Amino acid sequence: MNIAPARGSRILLAAIPFFLIVVVYIIGSAERRAANPDDKLLPPISEMAETSKRLATEPDRRSGEYVLWTDTTASLQRLLLGLGISTLIGLSFGLTVGLLPIAGASFGTIVAVISMIPPMAVLPILFIVFGLGELSKVMLIIIGVAPCLVRDISIEVQGLPREQMVKAQTLGASTWQVAIRVVLPQIMPRLIKSVRLMLGPAFLFLISAEAIAADVGLGYRIFLVRRYLSMDVILPYVAWITLLAFALDMLLGLFARKVFPWAYVEEPR
Amino acid sequence: MSALSFRNVWVEYGSQIVLERINIEIASGSFVSVVGPSGAGKSTFLRLILGQERPSQGAVLLDGEPFPAEPGPDRGIVFQRYSVFPHLTVLGNVLVSHEFEQRPFTARLFGAARRRAIEKSEAMIESVGLAEHRDKYPSALSGGMQQRLAIAQALARRPRVLLLDEPFGALDPGTRTQMHALIKPLWRDLKMTIVMVTHDIREAFGLATRLIALDHPRRDPQAQERYGAKITYDLDLTRDGPAPVLGFSKPRPPTANYGSS
Repeated sequence: MNIAPARGSRILLAAIPFFLIVVVYIIGSAERRAANPDDKLLPPISEMAETSKRLATEPDRRSGEYVLWTDTTASLQRLLLGLGISTLIGLSFGLTVGLLPIAGASFGTIVAVISMIPPMAVLPILFIVFGLGELSKVMLIIIGVAPCLVRDISIEVQGLPREQMVKAQTLGASTWQVAIRVVLPQIMPRLIKSVRLMLGPAFLFLISAEAIAADVGLGYRIFLVRRYLSMDVILPYVAWITLLAFALDMLLGLFARKVFPWAYVEEPR
Repeated sequence: MSALSFRNVWVEYGSQIVLERINIEIASGSFVSVVGPSGAGKSTFLRLILGQERPSQGAVLLDGEPFPAEPGPDRGIVFQRYSVFPHLTVLGNVLVSHEFEQRPFTARLFGAARRRAIEKSEAMIESVGLAEHRDKYPSALSGGMQQRLAIAQALARRPRVLLLDEPFGALDPGTRTQMHALIKPLWRDLKMTIVMVTHDIREAFGLATRLIALDHPRRDPQAQERYGAKITYDLDLTRDGPAPVLGFSKPRPPTANYGSS
């Protein structure tokens, strides 16, 4: 427990599990191919690379689009729109509910109840009300993510020491000034942390919505080619989605560290 | 001017009486320390002056006027902990009170107004000896330095009354002595009234011009909560005190009720 790896060996150690997964996959794939040359379940890496290259760099024969990129932009647009709006809702409502006892008494319970609604259960309603277009997919992400953010932020606001609110008032601050100068900056690191944690659910809602009704998108594509057992498309797509989620998560983390250095002084890394 | 008067103040939480029949006049410019065992209502006494709490009966007056029942800029406070804002630098912590004052909506200053406010804040930071730390965040400061910053911050708006809630309780003895040496001249220069709650009897006698002890003079073993704390001692400490106190009222004889204890 007291042996900590240095920076170089840390990277090496982090790479080992990935390397092991790749090795196991290659062995498994080769075994299956040896048994059955037409096997589709574990396509060799070379085949997947070939397919990915085709999807990314060659226009589709029918639509003339670069499939991977149109899917990615469509999905990311929905995801970022949904997450962005959820963040705004989470921040404004969470701050109000947490800071003002009147707002907490009026909206605290309803938010707690709404956040318990399984978002996938209301998806049919969304499709009926908002149609099958972009709006219903963005709404699904908002319904799934925003209530959790509101709750998390309001709890965080209530957790701020009472002394700070009193102190700010003795310095002449009004409720509005306390909200923007004392509470808002102090909950921003937490907000980013929560959004990072909500990336996973947001992707889940996005891909589910796309799988059910869409004509473009990462989720749509993998559920489309599922019918042909095209593991050579599905696996790279899954890897690509994972990479996107991981990159978003890392960017948010770096951003928080850069902008709110005071919140991370006590953390060693 | 900043005289405080308590007129027959009672504080009750439901059936529990915390403070009963508190009558005291605190002259402008006095340094009052409040001592007493835990649970004797010292913090409640302070919160009454702060406006964080209302008396169940009676009134607390500042210069003969009742004040709004919420904390305001005429009464500053230094808590034992959580007194400074962790997301602002030393300079920002002091500057923010000027920003609250001058910009009701944005609470941010820019340009010349900001430079003027920075100058004022820097003078304040200098006077508590934190000049070389002005760009550090509170987490990088020691406990003593954080309390200095809290004092500078509380004094930035020149409150009429400064409340200290066990401000040096968490500091080591050496640092505490330094803080005593810091607070006394500030109090003398700014001519404000200070009310300090403390557990340290030496500190209470050493700094203050007047000492108030709160305690429960009567206890009912069957219903402990039915008797509140009163002022059991009220001592004038100015006779050998180095600081002259303007308009200081002579202490009343200690409240006579010593009860059964």
